[in-house]
Amino acid sequence: MTGATGATGATAPGGARLEVLGLGAAHGRTAVLHDVRLTVDPGGWLAVIGPNGSGKSTLLRSVLGAHPHSGQVRLDGAPLTGTGVRARARQVAYAPQQPVLPEGLTTRDYVSLGRTPHRALLSAPRAVDRRVVAEVMGRLELDGLAERLLTTLSGGEQQRAVLARALAQQPRVLLLDEPTAALDLGHAQQVLDLVDSLRRQDGITVLSTLHDLTLAGQYADRLALLSAGRVVAEGPPADVLTPAALQRYYGARAHVVAGPHGPAVLPLRGPG
Amino acid sequence: MATTVKGTRDGGATAGAPAGRRSPGTVVVVGGSVAALLAAVLAGIWVGALPLPPGAVLATLADRALSPLGIDVPGGLTGTEAAVLLELRLPRVVLAALVGAGLAIAGGSYQGVFRNPLADPYLLGAAAGAGLGATLVIAYAPGVTVAGVGVVPLAAFAGALAGVGGALALGAAAGSNNATLLLAGVAVAAFLAAAQTLVQQQNSEDLQKVYGWLLGQLGSAQWSDIRLVLPYLVLASAVLLLCARPLDVLAVGDDEARSLGVHPTRVRLLVIAAASLATASAVAVSGLIGFVGLVVPHIVRRLVGGSHVRLLPVCLVGGGAFLVLSDVIARVVLAPAELPLGVVTAFIGAPFFAGLLWARGRRG
Repeated sequence: MTGATGATGATAPGGARLEVLGLGAAHGRTAVLHDVRLTVDPGGWLAVIGPNGSGKSTLLRSVLGAHPHSGQVRLDGAPLTGTGVRARARQVAYAPQQPVLPEGLTTRDYVSLGRTPHRALLSAPRAVDRRVVAEVMGRLELDGLAERLLTTLSGGEQQRAVLARALAQQPRVLLLDEPTAALDLGHAQQVLDLVDSLRRQDGITVLSTLHDLTLAGQYADRLALLSAGRVVAEGPPADVLTPAALQRYYGARAHVVAGPHGPAVLPLRGPG
Repeated sequence: MATTVKGTRDGGATAGAPAGRRSPGTVVVVGGSVAALLAAVLAGIWVGALPLPPGAVLATLADRALSPLGIDVPGGLTGTEAAVLLELRLPRVVLAALVGAGLAIAGGSYQGVFRNPLADPYLLGAAAGAGLGATLVIAYAPGVTVAGVGVVPLAAFAGALAGVGGALALGAAAGSNNATLLLAGVAVAAFLAAAQTLVQQQNSEDLQKVYGWLLGQLGSAQWSDIRLVLPYLVLASAVLLLCARPLDVLAVGDDEARSLGVHPTRVRLLVIAAASLATASAVAVSGLIGFVGLVVPHIVRRLVGGSHVRLLPVCLVGGGAFLVLSDVIARVVLAPAELPLGVVTAFIGAPFFAGLLWARGRRG
């Protein structure tokens, strides 16, 4: 296991500082993001929170380069905007909210797709590709599922497989769109624990959206609250998750309880 | 046959995957489909008003191949039999294999690129375009030849490419994603089909000929047909086989494919262009033969899994075998009359397809 971690750590260049500068985006003629500015330190975890329709997924897809946008995205100071998709794919990995899980594909074949940006597009997997895939699958405890069809795995196992595919890219930045959306509480915690240990061990920078505010407060080291396409609060979870902010931007009544790893949000039923 | 292939493959390609594959039978399937193709070809040559036994056929072919070296192989066919073999049966069987291979690999590629199991080679207007092209020529320019080639195949070929080209242009104007391309295909196909019906109605004396063409046939297969389409089929198949890995990446969705460094739109357009070239070539010389591009990839996918790296090559071989066999059936069922080939493939394909769906539903 140390060998696996060491080898991945040695080949992975570690996390990068991710900067989003004045990013704007639109769906058709409707502007959905306005002048978004964010910075995530190397190895940091910034969770984007906000009510439905506030532009969280569009923000992630813009950083990925899959959504047209204005402004700039920088990695360690170098603009990512305008670089080719392959160069970007070696730096930034992405797991969407609802990953498409191809039929008839084994878990190993699926995880192996993560090696695509590192080898010639038409070439077969090389020894190094197989080694990285085996390491990643070992770390995410997918060994026993390697030859199973992806579509036959449970929701938690599928989410681990998606993470494994992203990690097989050996990225410096991991973009996770609602990584726990399809999971029950226990599996959600397992996946977030996994992401947390990966960023601590490898120093990968994580930018995620999370609609569950308590999970966001517990796991991310910074939060950015998005409302109607603008960042209205940004900082450590305890500073962003306040009853006043929840009332103002979510229209929600909630207690915020301080915990050892960050605040927990407790929704309250109103009078009447 | 299967054991020979297995022996070489075990020593070579499969050694790279020590953990093995989900389908233990990939090698068996490849060997089996090659064997099926060869068996179908021999049966296709054998069956007919003048039976040509495989032994004598092989002897004749060996004799032809070795005669430049001064080697005579005894036991060959007589003069008339040899003429039937070389001028009628062989071109027909070879053309059936080429058309089947082209339609099957095009179908498998279309299904991959649209992530839609119901996609088939005629999805984007290739069939309607070819139909219009052929109908126009049959109605207004019958008997015309260009450089010794009948003008019907050329018109069908051009019509198929124009149909798909129109759909792509329309879809590109709206963003080139899966949904817009499909809708553009539907619009273009409907328009071309309407135009074809109009021409057909105004020239009802040619109805029989047009109808015969639409149903698909290989009865008039000649070596010139093969020379006409072979280069395009080879080119298209080579491009599609090279696109197998990018197609696997595309299977995870456009955003994720992009996040893996693959341009979804570029791969899609390249694959559609190549698959349409294969389809147009097939349609040009055989008319509209349905179900091959739908059924064969589905059977193959069940056997070797969803990765296009394994799917597409087996489609190529399996599609050839399927159509050669269908053509044999088309010839024997009502002999000496022939059934339209498209009717046979639908008769075999539809129940088979229903069975697949049923099995898939039961599996959950």
